[in-house]
Amino acid sequence: MSDGTATARPAVESLLRLGDDRLVLGHRLSEWCGHAPILEEDIALGNIALDLLGQAQGLLKLAGALEGHGRDEDALAYFRDAGEFRNVQLVELPRGDFAHTMIRQFLFDAYDVLLTDRLAGSPHADVAGIMAKAHKEARYHVRHSGDWVVRLGDGTDESHVRAQRALDALWPYTGELFAADAVDVAAAGVGLGVDARTLRDEWQAMVTAVVAESALRMPSSLTVAEVPAGGREGRHTEHLVQMLAEMQVVARAHPGASW
Amino acid sequence: MYGDVLTVPGESAAVKLDGATAEAKAPPTAAEADAAAGELLAPDSQWQLWEVFTQEAQGAPHEHAGSVRATDAAHAIQNARDVYGRRGKVLSMWVVPTAAISATSPDDAEPFFDPASDKPYRHPHFYKAPRGVKGV
Repeated sequence: MSDGTATARPAVESLLRLGDDRLVLGHRLSEWCGHAPILEEDIALGNIALDLLGQAQGLLKLAGALEGHGRDEDALAYFRDAGEFRNVQLVELPRGDFAHTMIRQFLFDAYDVLLTDRLAGSPHADVAGIMAKAHKEARYHVRHSGDWVVRLGDGTDESHVRAQRALDALWPYTGELFAADAVDVAAAGVGLGVDARTLRDEWQAMVTAVVAESALRMPSSLTVAEVPAGGREGRHTEHLVQMLAEMQVVARAHPGASW
Repeated sequence: MYGDVLTVPGESAAVKLDGATAEAKAPPTAAEADAAAGELLAPDSQWQLWEVFTQEAQGAPHEHAGSVRATDAAHAIQNARDVYGRRGKVLSMWVVPTAAISATSPDDAEPFFDPASDKPYRHPHFYKAPRGVKGV
């Protein structure tokens, strides 16, 4: 598949979407480094952040190669502005308190474990390779974050309140995970993406089961108009602009530097 | 900041010194003082301590890898996986509450472990190990 063909654009877009979700969420998790509630959790969050960054590296490298404009994964990570990022808004929101971080992580991990399972069977060998490894990692991630959702939801009064607040606040942002457009459908057709609408029921069942165990209350479903959207087309919250300013500052101050 | 959120249900928070009660009582014994100090020093965000044992290959012994803090056994396994299981190959992992381990104290070393090197008949030096026997 070379650039310029009819399928190249959706394929590049799809790989950017997959890669950017992981890059941005990985960076948000890495913000806990040195701040997590306990040493063991600090290490766990760092490990998960590194897993996501590793996946992003592979996916963005492929996206850059397929795009054919000479951009490698570093160019895509450090020299694109917010409007060029293709991640969902869920992953760019500030990390908030520990409950907020863990609820967000669980909502994404449950989606990710289903998504990576599908893409591990991609006919594109590189994508299949990245996603097979990612699926193994996602199975651990969802176990870790799901465990915390239960512990926080069914923990102290304060942890319950904080977890419920996070779940209610983040819920509207999950709609975007499953809003497949023409790009997703085209990419799914060639095995470089997934029509995420097909994952929704299974995801809903996973989330409902963990939430039930956690003594938390499921948020009420929202109408389409209330669901934030646009991340896949480059429309982002101001939080991504701020995050990228911090994430990209060293690379932009010293272009071409290596360490 | 999140310490309070993560307090384990049922685990008592740091003990408050009650001046009135403390005055009315006789001076604490050394053991009581140690216990009180231990309670006061234990921050309520520090969970129970667990010892972690990892096995690298089928049939190999589970060897002590280190310790982690966690609220229960499942949580300890999860934390141990991150701290000791991510690098290197681990086939199986055990966690044991540190409090469940009975141990000797340094004072016991002499009566318990003095090698008695002046009693050579206690060592199997006078036997020839058959070929192929290792670790004797």
